[in-house]
Amino acid sequence: MTQQTPHTPDDSGRKYWLDAPGNVEKIFWGLVLLSVLLFLADALYHKHPYFGIEKAFGFYGVFGFCACVALILTAKIVRVLVMRTENYYAPKTEDDS
Amino acid sequence: MVFGIPPGLFLIAGALLVPLFNGRWRKMYMLLLPCVGLWYLAGSQSGTFLPFTFLEYAIVPVRIDPLSLIFGYVFHIAAALSVVYAWHNDDVIEQVAGLAYAGAGIGAVFAGDLITLFVYWEAMAITSVFLIWARRTDTAYAAGMRYLIIQVGSGVLLLSGAILMAHETGSIAFEKMTPGSLATWLILIAFGIKCAFPLLHNWLSDAYPESTATGTVFLSAFTTKCAVYVLARGFPGTELLIYVGAAMVLFPVFYALIENDLRRVLAYALNQQLGFMVVGIGIGTTLAINGAVAHAFVSTLYKALLFMSMGAVLYRVGTVKASELGGLYKSMPLTAAFCIIGAASISSFPLFSGFVAKSLTLSAVAYEGYFVIWMILLAASVGAFLHSGIKVPFAAFFAQDSGKRCEEAPLNMLIAMGITAFLCIAIGVYSPWLYSLLPYPVKYAPYTTSHIIGQLQLLAFSALGFGLLLRYGIYPRALKSLNLDFDITYRKWLPGLYRSGINLTRGGWQGILQELRNVINSFVAYMFRHHGPEGILARTWPTGSMALWVAVLLGGILLIYYI
Repeated sequence: MTQQTPHTPDDSGRKYWLDAPGNVEKIFWGLVLLSVLLFLADALYHKHPYFGIEKAFGFYGVFGFCACVALILTAKIVRVLVMRTENYYAPKTEDDS
Repeated sequence: MVFGIPPGLFLIAGALLVPLFNGRWRKMYMLLLPCVGLWYLAGSQSGTFLPFTFLEYAIVPVRIDPLSLIFGYVFHIAAALSVVYAWHNDDVIEQVAGLAYAGAGIGAVFAGDLITLFVYWEAMAITSVFLIWARRTDTAYAAGMRYLIIQVGSGVLLLSGAILMAHETGSIAFEKMTPGSLATWLILIAFGIKCAFPLLHNWLSDAYPESTATGTVFLSAFTTKCAVYVLARGFPGTELLIYVGAAMVLFPVFYALIENDLRRVLAYALNQQLGFMVVGIGIGTTLAINGAVAHAFVSTLYKALLFMSMGAVLYRVGTVKASELGGLYKSMPLTAAFCIIGAASISSFPLFSGFVAKSLTLSAVAYEGYFVIWMILLAASVGAFLHSGIKVPFAAFFAQDSGKRCEEAPLNMLIAMGITAFLCIAIGVYSPWLYSLLPYPVKYAPYTTSHIIGQLQLLAFSALGFGLLLRYGIYPRALKSLNLDFDITYRKWLPGLYRSGINLTRGGWQGILQELRNVINSFVAYMFRHHGPEGILARTWPTGSMALWVAVLLGGILLIYYI
C-alpha cells in the first residue's frame, strides 16, 4: 500500500531558511519574547474567572509551563517502565511500518 | 430518508453496488453516495420513520432529531472526504468496506431502538475490520483479529443488555438510561468498549495504526464518534463518566508522547479527545452536551486531517516512524501545512475549530464547580498540544533532517486535506454555523479577551517548555520501540497462562500415562523372563531328568504314605 517515489528530487541547490545556522535560535527566542508579552498582557484586561486561582497573574502561562514539563517528565518515567523492543510480541515477518 | 430508504442502509446498499462500476465512474459513484445522503439529510424533518413491530417489540429504524442529525451530517462529510482522499486507491475490498462502514455508523446514530442499534453496531465491526486487513501484512491481520473479537464482543454485550432490558421493562426503545440494573450496566460497558474507556481502550491504539494509509482515515471517524453519540443519548449526566473521562484525557498523553509510530500517536490522541467528550456527557448539562457534541464534530474533522497527513507520509515515504522521519517539509510542504492546520485545531488555537468546541466543555465543567476535573482537562489540553500539536508535525516534517526525499502527496489527497483544513478553519472563525447545529440552543461567546489571552498563554508557555526541554536534551528522543499497554494482558499474559496451563495438564496426563506404561512394561518383562525363549518355564528339559523327578516325587509319596 505504500508507494515510494522512484526518483529523488534533487534539492541540494535549494537553501531553506530553517537550515541556516542561527534561525532555529531566532524561533526559540521569538517564542520567549511572545511568552513574556502574553504574560504581561494579563495586566491589560479584566478577567472573568470561573475559579479563584485564575485571578493569579499569568495563571494560564505558569500552569501551561508546569503542566508541559510535568507531563513530559512523567512520560519519561512511563517510558522506562513500558518501553520494549519493536518485535517484543512477535518477530515481524516483513518490514511493516 | 433517502428515496424512502434509511440513510445508513442507503450507503450500505450503495456500497454493495460499487464493484459494478469501473475506473473513474466507480470513484464518482462512491463520492456521489455520501453527497446524496447528506443532501437528503439536510432537508429531512425530525421524527421517527418506518417503524414496525417485530415479536411484540417496536422497531424504529430511523429517528431523526437534532442530536442524531449533527452526527449524521459529520459522518456524511467524513465519508465524502475519505472517498476523495482514497481516490487513487483501486482496492475494491477497501472501497466497499469503507463505504459500508460509514453507512453502518450512520445507521447506528439514527437507530431508534436497541435492536436496530445492535445490528448496525455489529455491521460497523465487521465492515471496519476489512479496512485493517486491507494492509495485507501479518501484523495487520493479527491486529485485525484482536480488533474484531473485541468489537463483536461489545456487540454481544449490547445485545445481552437489550434482551435483559426487554425482559425487565418490556421495551427496547433506545432512550436515556441510568446505570443500575444488569441490563444498563451491560449496555454501558458495550458503549464503553467502543468509546475506548480506560482498560477497554487498547483495540484503538492497537488496530487503527495497522490499517492502510487511506483505511485509517475512514476508521478514525465513525466507531468512536458513534460511541460518543450513544453515550450522549443513553447516559447523559451519569457522574461516573466524569471520572472515566478524566482518566481518559490523562493517561493516553504519556503513551502519545513516547510512541514512535506517528499514526499510533494520533490513535492515542484520538483516545484522549474522546475523554473530553465523555467528561462533557458525564456533566450532562445542556452546555456540556453541546460541548461534547461540538467536540465530536470538530474532532472528526481534525483527526481525519491529521490521519490524512500521516497517511500521505506513509504513502510516499513508506513509514511513519518518528525515528526514521524528519525534514519532510522540504519534500511535502503542502502536506506539512495541512498537518499544522490539523495540529492547531486539535490544540485549540484561537480561530481553529478545536477552540470553539473545547471551550464549551471546559466552561460547562467550571460552571458545575468541578475544580479538579477542570484542572485535569486544562493539563490534558496542554498534553494534546504537546503530542498532536507539536510532536506529530515536528517529528515528521521538521526535527533532524532524515535525508528522505519524496514527491508531494497525490493531488486527490491534497484536495481532501485542503477541504478538511478549510472546514477546520471555517468552523473556528465562524462559530455560529457549528453552534446552530448543536442539539440545544447555544448562548456562548468563545472569543472573549479572557479566553483568547488565557488560551494563547497556555499554548505559548507549553511550547516554551517543550523548546527548553528539547534544547537541553531532556525531551524523550524518538526511539525504535514498542510500548507495553493494557494489551499485554491478552497478547502475552493470558496466552502465556493458557499455555502453561496446557503444559501443566499435559505434563500431568503424560505422567499418568507413563506410570501405566511402566506397570504394563514390568508385567510384560516379568512374563517374558519366565515364559520367553530363555524363560525358566519355557526351557527344553531332557527326559532323563523328568524320569528322575517323577521317581523323586513317587518316592516322596511312598514316604508320606508310610508315615
